[in-house]
Amino acid sequence: MQDFGAAFLTAFDLLIGADADLLEIIGLSLRVSISALLAAGLIGLSLGAALAVTRFPGRGIVLVIVNSMMGLPPVVVGLVVYMLLSNAGPFGFLGLLYTPEAMIIAQAILILPIIAALSRQLIEDLHAEYAEQFRSFCVPTGRMMMELLWDARYSLLTVMLAGLGRAMAEVGAVIIVGGNINHLTRVMTTTIALETSKGDLALALGLGIVLLSIAIAINAGVMALNATAKRQAYA
Amino acid sequence: MKHLKTLTLGAAAGLILGAAVAMPGTAQADAIIVQSTTSTQNSGLYDYMLPIYEKKTGNKVNVVAVGTGQAIKNAKNCDGDVLLVHAKPAEEKFVADGYGVKRSDLMYNDFIIVGPPADPAKVGGMKDGPKALSMIAKSEAAFASRGDNSGTHKKEKHLWKAAGIDPTKASGKWYRETGSGMGATLNAGVGMGAYVMTDRATWISFKNKGDYKIQVEGDKQLFNQYGVILVNPKKCPKVKVKEGQAFIDWLLSKDGQETIASYKLKGLQLFFPNGKMM
Repeated sequence: MQDFGAAFLTAFDLLIGADADLLEIIGLSLRVSISALLAAGLIGLSLGAALAVTRFPGRGIVLVIVNSMMGLPPVVVGLVVYMLLSNAGPFGFLGLLYTPEAMIIAQAILILPIIAALSRQLIEDLHAEYAEQFRSFCVPTGRMMMELLWDARYSLLTVMLAGLGRAMAEVGAVIIVGGNINHLTRVMTTTIALETSKGDLALALGLGIVLLSIAIAINAGVMALNATAKRQAYA
Repeated sequence: MKHLKTLTLGAAAGLILGAAVAMPGTAQADAIIVQSTTSTQNSGLYDYMLPIYEKKTGNKVNVVAVGTGQAIKNAKNCDGDVLLVHAKPAEEKFVADGYGVKRSDLMYNDFIIVGPPADPAKVGGMKDGPKALSMIAKSEAAFASRGDNSGTHKKEKHLWKAAGIDPTKASGKWYRETGSGMGATLNAGVGMGAYVMTDRATWISFKNKGDYKIQVEGDKQLFNQYGVILVNPKKCPKVKVKEGQAFIDWLLSKDGQETIASYKLKGLQLFFPNGKMM
């Protein structure tokens, strides 16, 4: 397979060349996935914390559902969001189909269960440690959630990174609701899908390597920040 | 119930923040959406043609390239202003059912059957599409079909019917339905040494040909006509009639037709205009 060698050369050329189209595509990928992460993060972390500290009938079923939803196939999420946002669907009047906003909604739905389920487990474990203390100070539930979220922040960062990774890597949802429109809704993964279908495997794989490099840069950056913050916190 | 309030607040904040990050630079009031077949995109025709049109008129055209079957479905859902596909009977039905205003011939090229150089079914150099297919069936040589109700798939089914063969009986054996786009099916076909029926434009621009060759071409039955239709505003009130019709008028004009004809890859013309202004 001479394609592998060619792919690395292509990736290198793409990164060095900093082609305007490629930068636009990378920029949109980041904008869409980070927006989805912020939306899903705020909802997911609140939901995770609430599920961790509360007890109500049927909680077990809710947990099973949230955990199972981590395996939502992107193409199903894309299809459902398409049907909702289509002009034939209930939210067609919003005119969101084939826009970056539609892609953000789809990705947010996709990663919401991941963030909610993983943060729920983390916070519940932490809560078990703190429960006695909370009880002795009669801490209200809302306050308790905030305290737990704050104390678990370093671990929760990994949860957020898992969500971001899933959002940036998926193609099934955004290609349906975004339509892979050039200069409007074309992101890294849909470009890779398009180049694959054109038979340009080296370029497709090269773009994949670029995507991976961006993910490595983000993760390394977050880890470095995290380490600095931890050092200051515990110094 | 306090946590519920926190939760609701969090959810609201999340949505607002998400929307705020998403807002800039997406408003395109007069941009039209073209629901299109994939060959016109994969061959690079739009990348060549649309900047010319946009520069001349200042109107933006957004292309959603899916298979013909899905493009028609999306247009029926009112999720497009213009439909540009290649399955004449389905297009005529689309108009007859009231979803489209009028169908116009736009351009054509042809279908070909590509295969491995060893040519296990011995169809190399043949012209007759159905006859070649029946020889492939008889030799049980692998054949990769789109299997996705696209324009190319419809045409392929039509040719099997003309040959009097139901290949789906051998589905999963020598007849392999990939259920995906032209490019993906070509990738699969080349990967497993199967014959593939493809439109010529996608084949010429396809970059993963391996040692594959055109085995069957030149039959009248392999003709591939593209049509263009304005989605009917009576069914879909949001259709941008003015901008959509302007695009169709340009495609069918002398200027548009010449632009289509002037698109070449490797010295070969990919689409042959045959539109008529009416």
